[in-house]
Amino acid sequence: MKLQQNTRLALYSLLEFAADPERQIPAAEIAQKYEVSSHHLAKVLAELSRVGMVQSVRGVGGGYRFVGNARRLTLMDVISRFEDVLPAESVHSEKTPVGQALASVLSEIDEIAKASMSSITLATMLRIIERQQTAAEATAPGKVRTR
Amino acid sequence: MMSKIARTGLDSKRVKKKFVAPAAPPPRDPAAAAVSIRPVRRGDLDAVIEIDAMVTGIEKRDYWNSLYRRYADAVATGQHFLVAVSGEQVIGFVIGEVRDWEFGSPPCGWVFAIDVRPDARLGGTATALLQAICAGFKRAGVSKVRTMLSRDNTLILSFFRSQGMMIGPFIPLEMDLES
Repeated sequence: MKLQQNTRLALYSLLEFAADPERQIPAAEIAQKYEVSSHHLAKVLAELSRVGMVQSVRGVGGGYRFVGNARRLTLMDVISRFEDVLPAESVHSEKTPVGQALASVLSEIDEIAKASMSSITLATMLRIIERQQTAAEATAPGKVRTR
Repeated sequence: MMSKIARTGLDSKRVKKKFVAPAAPPPRDPAAAAVSIRPVRRGDLDAVIEIDAMVTGIEKRDYWNSLYRRYADAVATGQHFLVAVSGEQVIGFVIGEVRDWEFGSPPCGWVFAIDVRPDARLGGTATALLQAICAGFKRAGVSKVRTMLSRDNTLILSFFRSQGMMIGPFIPLEMDLES
């Protein structure tokens, strides 16, 4: 499954903000970390601000702050702001048996993807990140195992 | 979403509804009685039936009586029927068992049902129930827990996801039986 760059940037940004909700993070910091242009990121952040997921704080020491509810905001809530998540082709719109059969198989995959994205909140994503980081640190070369 | 070339929302002239970020849930009442988890007793069944009916809209008395006969006091055979109790009130339940080699899988724990009274949620009760049954599975020697639920049940899907569960390698299939 592939997400557009704007969608991925939105998710990266929101997860960075939600991981440290008390801190105002400059857009330049996110842009540098994910190696994207500040101008491109600014457009994504403007959209996130417009829909009330982040708040921009101007001035010296300013940046963006997460103002949503990480336990309720899902990946699909974010993805649907940047991508068309409607079903690709409806079985009923296909006129041939081959087209209908293919549409029904593709819709299986779409439905599973939508269910997954709709059930994973930002809070759950942050836990996944933490578990993966812990697992990576535990298997890092040179790690001394203690008993 | 996957099978269509997506248009970028930023460039589209389509107007989207303003997203309203969901409000933070209210904090759990600190005066609420502490929750304990224990095996089900016969006297708990009315509360379990009521919780299930509140959620599903269907009172399944015969079903729950049958489950009680099979799962109560059956830990030795890998079956668990646990309830969450707050004060004197049963506020939630979880049912599951260890199954061996079904669907080609080595022995693993299966959670068949879990629920908490709607007015008692957001207090960690479901988490405590799941942790208790998983502890039972581990004592039985298994290291994997699975469950299955409707893809439309976003609430329970989100709960299991929040506990660290991910989509497994098995795919449920179905078909209608022609008369």
